[in-house]
Amino acid sequence: MTMQPQAHIKPVLSVHNISKQFGGIRAVNNVSFDVLPGEILGLIGPNGSGKSTLFNCILGQLRPTEGHCAIKGRATDGVRPADLSLMGVGRTFQQLSVFPKMSVLDNVILAGQEHEGTMFSRLFSKGDAGLTSKAEQLIDFFRLTPYRNTEAGSLSYGQQKLVDAAMAFMAGPDIVLLDEPAGGVNLTMLGYLKDRLTTYNREHGTTFVVIEHNMEFVMSLCTRIIVLAQGEVIAEGTPDQIRSNQMVIDAYLGG
Amino acid sequence: MTRSRITLLALAIAALVVAPLGQGNYIIYTLCSWLVFSIAAMGLNLTLGYAGQVSLAQAGFMGIGAYITALMTLNGVHWSLAAFISIVSSFAVGLALGYPALRVQHHFLAFVTLAFNTLLFLVLRNEEEITGGSFGLVGMPRPSFFGISTDGNLPFYYFSLVCFLLSTGVLWWILRSPWGRAFKALRENPIRAESLGLKIRRQTLLAFAIGSAFGGLAGAMQTPLVQFIEPGSFALIHSLKILLMVVVGGSGFFFGPMLGAAVVILLPELLRFTEGYYLIIYAALVIVLMVYSPNGLIGLGQKLLEKVRPKHEARHDLKQGVSL
Repeated sequence: MTMQPQAHIKPVLSVHNISKQFGGIRAVNNVSFDVLPGEILGLIGPNGSGKSTLFNCILGQLRPTEGHCAIKGRATDGVRPADLSLMGVGRTFQQLSVFPKMSVLDNVILAGQEHEGTMFSRLFSKGDAGLTSKAEQLIDFFRLTPYRNTEAGSLSYGQQKLVDAAMAFMAGPDIVLLDEPAGGVNLTMLGYLKDRLTTYNREHGTTFVVIEHNMEFVMSLCTRIIVLAQGEVIAEGTPDQIRSNQMVIDAYLGG
Repeated sequence: MTRSRITLLALAIAALVVAPLGQGNYIIYTLCSWLVFSIAAMGLNLTLGYAGQVSLAQAGFMGIGAYITALMTLNGVHWSLAAFISIVSSFAVGLALGYPALRVQHHFLAFVTLAFNTLLFLVLRNEEEITGGSFGLVGMPRPSFFGISTDGNLPFYYFSLVCFLLSTGVLWWILRSPWGRAFKALRENPIRAESLGLKIRRQTLLAFAIGSAFGGLAGAMQTPLVQFIEPGSFALIHSLKILLMVVVGGSGFFFGPMLGAAVVILLPELLRFTEGYYLIIYAALVIVLMVYSPNGLIGLGQKLLEKVRPKHEARHDLKQGVSL
């Protein structure tokens, strides 16, 4: 689904003049952009371009030196990760991030249970917090059903990435931030992951922000791409516009 | 629960019911002691095995329970009320101690709890007017329920068994709820758990406080069992002993602490014939077990079972045991 930025639609994520200084190094310099509902925004750039710093500022993990980020109008600065999740923000991690000794089903249920009732009421609720069928749907969506009762730690790397993605979606977030989803995933699995993410986005209208190194993956997945280099936005546009942008080719694609 | 599990459970309870019949006082006393320490170890298993935090103050919490129960029952309060107050107090102290200590977690929590246990020992020893100092407190009555006295060793055993089964039930009930899954998630990957909305600090604190409350109950039972308490019974060494029970049995396994408590309490009796060598043999066995099976005896059992009927193999780079 392609969506061009429109003034009257409220952005899910807005980044306002974010700068982040680490000692003498300005990792992110005056970056601004909005992400609209349903968009799949790719954030790319060479190593050291400030992607991860920006990502951490968005997630409230780093305090920006200047500027601020807001998700659904609420500033994320200083918000604890658990509260961010309860605000409707899902995320995946660059490294594998499943619960290795728990079954795939338990992994996915866990991802939703903290959003059901209060901590106290969960003590008295059913063991699965009533989430088994919802979790099974997601497991099925990622075609992990044969591994439903398998310990997540014994799955292949690519399958664990899928479990991680399923967990990010379990609580029905408005926006999901994916940190290098393609890292270390083989080509077959990559196409599959792309297909699942696109389908999920189409079916649920969930907004994605993707940080990625794999250019092909980003180009085929995203509706809009922002290119960072040395902490600044050097280009922004559709995948086609980015492909033909001379500055991007020079800075990143290397011809 | 499957049918075979229910049968096994019923058999286990039946075995516990008939265990003391026809036995001498000493064995019945040892069995009671096993039940009491199982409760304390179950509590620590919640903190350590499920939520992944090391506490070295479980004997301290037993001490809180034991002294509160002793002081109250000596003044004519019924045991059940005294035990209730003991449980609530241990829970409250657990919250108060855990709140600052869990900000630091892991090894630091171990140090804070270690310091707390030592401090508690000193308070119990030095506040002679209340606690009787090194001489301790004696003559605490055993409770009676509905006119049935537990003065005899056999009735006291059944009283302990009821407390034990109730505690086991409560723990099972907590762990079957979403909390059980949350505790495991805390142990396996707290950062991911937090990103999924789990308030890790609060959940860990509750695991610690509930674990401490189990310690309080164990202490409340220790008082009428031994009918003599002194600070030395709740010193750091006993916290280490309870930790050993959890680790030897298999931390993170529901029945691990019961098995561990049995081994730690009964093995010295079995090894009595070796006289002076008992501690050396004991220590060697524990070291061998820990090297071969960090998941304790239940882990060892599972390992052997998997050898007989292999199900699946976890990737070695992703295998992670419960680390201390």
